[in-house]
Amino acid sequence: MKRALCFAKRNLKEMVRDPLSLFFGIAFPILLLVLLSIINGSIPEEAHMDLFEMQKLAPGIGVFSLSFIALFAALLISKDRGSSFLLRLYTSPMTGSNFILGYLLPFLPMAAAQMIVCFGAAVILGLPLSGNLLLCIAVSLPITVVNIAIGLICGTCLSEKAVGGVCGALLTNLSAWLSGIWFSLDLIGGAFRTVAYVLPFANAVDACRAAMDGRYADILGTLWIVCAWAVGLLTVAIVIYTQKMKQK
Amino acid sequence: MNAIETNNLTKYFGAVAAVDRLNLTVREGELFALLGVNGAGKTTTIKLLSGLLRPTDGTARVLGYDLKSELPEIKQRIAVSPQETAVAPNLTVRENMELIADIYGGDRGRVLTMLEELGLKKVEICRAKTLSGGWQRRLSIAMALVSDPKLLFLDEPTLGLDVLARRELWKVIAGLKGKVTVILTTHYLEEAEALANRVGVMGGGSLKICGTPQELMEAAGTDRFEDAFIRLAGGEMP
Repeated sequence: MKRALCFAKRNLKEMVRDPLSLFFGIAFPILLLVLLSIINGSIPEEAHMDLFEMQKLAPGIGVFSLSFIALFAALLISKDRGSSFLLRLYTSPMTGSNFILGYLLPFLPMAAAQMIVCFGAAVILGLPLSGNLLLCIAVSLPITVVNIAIGLICGTCLSEKAVGGVCGALLTNLSAWLSGIWFSLDLIGGAFRTVAYVLPFANAVDACRAAMDGRYADILGTLWIVCAWAVGLLTVAIVIYTQKMKQK
Repeated sequence: MNAIETNNLTKYFGAVAAVDRLNLTVREGELFALLGVNGAGKTTTIKLLSGLLRPTDGTARVLGYDLKSELPEIKQRIAVSPQETAVAPNLTVRENMELIADIYGGDRGRVLTMLEELGLKKVEICRAKTLSGGWQRRLSIAMALVSDPKLLFLDEPTLGLDVLARRELWKVIAGLKGKVTVILTTHYLEEAEALANRVGVMGGGSLKICGTPQELMEAAGTDRFEDAFIRLAGGEMP
């Protein structure tokens, strides 16, 4: 465990010292919040449009910002693979579980920090301060694990260049369009809505919104789907990483 | 005791034998240079002996431990400085060394010793990515040494460095003689001649000949080490 923690500490340092991580993880969500709250201010009340109200917007942006975790994780691992750094560590006494934990653990505090900063900015912009914010951060844990697992899979299988495309463009778009943050999925309905609710993103946003609103009974109704994705993807990630490690 | 003993060690990639029935003995404390043209099997040999690859056939004992059944014991006692610079780019020089010391469960006090011995003290707070190629290689070797290994693999440590940086690194490597068993692969023949106690020439995955630089020149019937290498590696003399 000590080796995993040493490696996790290194990975956390690599991440927080990368300006790209700080921009997309911290600054970009705040920018989105400010921009959309300005847009919300311009929407007339008669429109009955509550999607961009801070109570709904903050959990949505918070969950969306977590999709960048997949990009950070994938970039870190693909860069390590591209250099000889991993090769050096593979000759050390580190085991497969040390590597997986080392890559997994640092993204948990990073995700929590992203949510805290996002909600802090939302509070400044008018979101009422309540204990539900903490619950919302806890509820975002499964979608964080989903994103870390996607990052592990992509970072293990793809090159640094391909990771930028898949996790940077494809995944963030997928999570944006299919999460119900920017428009109501009920308005579109049909297959689009069905697909969105099979995937974890919209379910994670709904669970966080339920936590934010204090609708505690509604949280588990969608969160279990996110948890199932988290367990499934993490298992796949561990299998792929372990296999690739053996093939080095 | 011998640091390395291999017995018909073989590694196939598909139908191609990258290492073919290798029988190699390296004595403890020796600086042993492994020479060969591209594809001769040098890097594969290092990967086999450091546990990165599993042999297809044959056996090997590293520091007295069996390569197949006692790999964790071997990994605790060896270190590898890979062909490319293997450092964590956003960590400082000191942090890179502390990371390796912690992974091996070693003494952090040794970090300071190595920083001083390898002349890295003045750049200890610099991030690794800001260092020049020569300094990164020096750091890479320091990271390999910080765990106090009994056996050190240096895979082309001076590749791509300018003459001054290479000579600086030679001093570091020469300073290891007698303290650590070193397996050095290199394309620079003068490097092997200047540093190694013994030299092994590989070709086609097997060991063609092994001896001191002087013995190799005598075997090849020439007084130039480069000519001896060309002849022994199977090339044509100009």
